[in-house]
Amino acid sequence: MRARIVVRLRPGILDPQGTTIQRALDGLGFPEVRDLRVGKVLDLTLDETDAGRARQRLDEMCRKLLANPVIEDYTCEVLDGEDGGRAR
Amino acid sequence: MRFGVVIFPGTWSDMDFHHVISQVLHQPVEYVWHRDTDVDRFDCLVLPGGFSYGDYLRAGAVAGRSPIVGALPGFVARGGLVLGSCNGFQILCEAGLLPGTLLRNDCLQFRCQWTHVTVEQTESPFTRGLRRGQVLKMPIAHGEGRFHADPALLRQLRERDQVVFRYATEAGEVTVGANPNGSAWNIAGVCNEDGTVVGLMPHPERAAEATVGSTDGLLLFHSLLGSLVENGSVLGR
Repeated sequence: MRARIVVRLRPGILDPQGTTIQRALDGLGFPEVRDLRVGKVLDLTLDETDAGRARQRLDEMCRKLLANPVIEDYTCEVLDGEDGGRAR
Repeated sequence: MRFGVVIFPGTWSDMDFHHVISQVLHQPVEYVWHRDTDVDRFDCLVLPGGFSYGDYLRAGAVAGRSPIVGALPGFVARGGLVLGSCNGFQILCEAGLLPGTLLRNDCLQFRCQWTHVTVEQTESPFTRGLRRGQVLKMPIAHGEGRFHADPALLRQLRERDQVVFRYATEAGEVTVGANPNGSAWNIAGVCNEDGTVVGLMPHPERAAEATVGSTDGLLLFHSLLGSLVENGSVLGR
């Protein structure tokens, strides 16, 4: 089953990369952009058929390695689970 | 005192540390591969700088879950000492052996320059021979060295005397201008509650011979060896 993990910097953590990109967009004629933040998307395939168990494992992966709880939040999404959990 | 210098894929300062420990300090030292977990023959393990695993995911994230880092809590519990510099500091934070974390420099530049730091605590074996407020000149070379901790943790670090070094001017004034990366409270180095694990962004091993411009980095090692002499054995094993 396919899954997607999104890791984001927590609110309030300075994101100089995001600020720089926002400034570049402003220079290109997009002055309406606000609060641009850079995160990470991890797409993966799991050898697992149970969506509930998959979510549990994804959560464990995030806590152990994929996100740093000091600075980051994460969301996990099962994209094509057998429980009909088609997220899109 | 027996030193081990840990090598991860992508470590770059291992030979510098090995050189300083063996050729300048004349202490026994071995390289230790990141898959090794048998480390009890050492008194002090050094995690050098570099770009372990290419800084993939986050600086120090993958190395922070390697077998040798998994062995560190036991090593420290048995009285072992750990020094992490630059990427070694990032690895120790990622592994939860040191508080806080290190983020992209606020200037977005890779900073390779001399810095001055003040000594903020002198209880750790690495700083026992130093004076509070003493200024050390050591270089930095990193893109992700901005120390971050939330306000509650920062307060706790200050109260528990876990802030070891702060970026300052040559005269020892802690100023915004002396902060090369935007670190919270100008923090350049911290330790665990016992002071037995110390991490810092500057490179003491690159300030250990007059010919490179400073010998202040040696003071951390002298402090360490002095602690050993004072106590008979740092480890009490």
